[in-house]
Amino acid sequence: MTAPGLVLEGSARIGGGRVFGPLSLEAPAGGWTCLLGPSGVGKSTILHLFAGIADAVDLDGRAEATDGAPLAGRVALMAQSDLLLPWLDVAGNAALGARLRGERADPARVAAVLDQVGLSALAHRKPGALSGGQRQRAALARTLVEDRPVVLLDEPFSALDAATRARMQDLAALRLAGRTVLHVTHDAAEAARLGTRILVMTGAGIHPVAPPEAPAPRAPDAPETLAATGRLTRLLLDGAA
Amino acid sequence: MNALRLLVPAALMLLIWQGVVTAFAMPNFILPAPARVASTLWESRALIAENALVTITEVLAGLVLGAALGWISAVGLAASAWARRTLRPILVFSQAVPVFALAPILTLWFGYGLGSKIAMALLIIYFPVTSSFFDALMRTPEGWDRLARVMGGGKWRTLWHLRIPAALPGFLSGLRLAAVYAPIGAIIGEWVGASKGLGYLMLLANGRAKIDLMFAALAVLAVFTLALHRAVDLGADWLLRRRER
Repeated sequence: MTAPGLVLEGSARIGGGRVFGPLSLEAPAGGWTCLLGPSGVGKSTILHLFAGIADAVDLDGRAEATDGAPLAGRVALMAQSDLLLPWLDVAGNAALGARLRGERADPARVAAVLDQVGLSALAHRKPGALSGGQRQRAALARTLVEDRPVVLLDEPFSALDAATRARMQDLAALRLAGRTVLHVTHDAAEAARLGTRILVMTGAGIHPVAPPEAPAPRAPDAPETLAATGRLTRLLLDGAA
Repeated sequence: MNALRLLVPAALMLLIWQGVVTAFAMPNFILPAPARVASTLWESRALIAENALVTITEVLAGLVLGAALGWISAVGLAASAWARRTLRPILVFSQAVPVFALAPILTLWFGYGLGSKIAMALLIIYFPVTSSFFDALMRTPEGWDRLARVMGGGKWRTLWHLRIPAALPGFLSGLRLAAVYAPIGAIIGEWVGASKGLGYLMLLANGRAKIDLMFAALAVLAVFTLALHRAVDLGADWLLRRRER
């Protein structure tokens, strides 16, 4: 599984309305790219274009993998909502992809992944019996079982409380390392902690911002993380004005 | 507590009924007193039970068949754009025909026995079940739909493992309605032409001026309809709770 990079160039419209740009975006292979921006600038549309689910979007340009091969089948998606099926237990949810494709999920692999995210003891609980953090860990497990080289994250931690969110960020950074991650977020602190490449997206376009030197995930209270958070917040403030 | 909540209104109704009979000196052939209906119910219990069994069979068979047919139709419509374009307008248009008006035709086609009543109950519940389940099937939450597509889920597998279970509440609310409608269908069928059943018994009793027997049959029908409605309601709630626990 060699992870390809992602590249997007062009502008997008839905119906008659412009969603974004002309703009260009690059997510390097095997890196964690944070796409930071206010709500409504088209960040999610970019993810949907890479995921191949942007039916209503008219892209004048290209959204593809840098290795030239199609992205279909090489992408996993994790959204803000955990999207767990309430009638399946945690293990069943983790193995959902295989079930929908008519494949047999390897139970040992599912068990190993649940162990990685610390949900082994809850494998046979249904989502209704889990906390918000546990549910998002189950969603991460489902993403890991898919084992795709490209992972698209659409604000997956934004509904969690601060401590749970920080723990989820650490866990995701650990478990998704080596894959090409494109992480849409509106949380400057999250981008400063996780991004090996940080892109700020405003109505004016996309601007790369140098991430802190330290390897991700960075401590939330490290001075350079805080300084980066500040810089990014300032950019968002100025961009919105 | 639950039984009490049911008993109090029932007792109140009986009291009002008796009050009306006493106050207006109602003759037995217009409105018999509750006590008289009760004693008729007891004396004619074999006759009523025999006919009730027929009606109950018709209702349950109509309910099961109508729900099954509605389930299949809704899934077929949800699965095929062609079916939606072609069959759905026909389905909606068919609702312009009052189902009751079909009863004589059904009797002509299926005879005086159980068949025409089951067909009537089936027809009357088919549309609510189909439309309520179909609407739910077409409203799979967007996020789940996207997830399934990114996962590369097949159309039929996604339908089976995701859209149908997600639409179960819609199917069950159609079924709850069906439990109320099905007895209406069976009774209409019996009124048009039958030789057994509670609806038939009511007509027969009316013709022979046995109004107390008519009321006794009506009471049994009302209790059965309530019990069926309650059973389906509880069953649906239980199913929805259980699958998420």
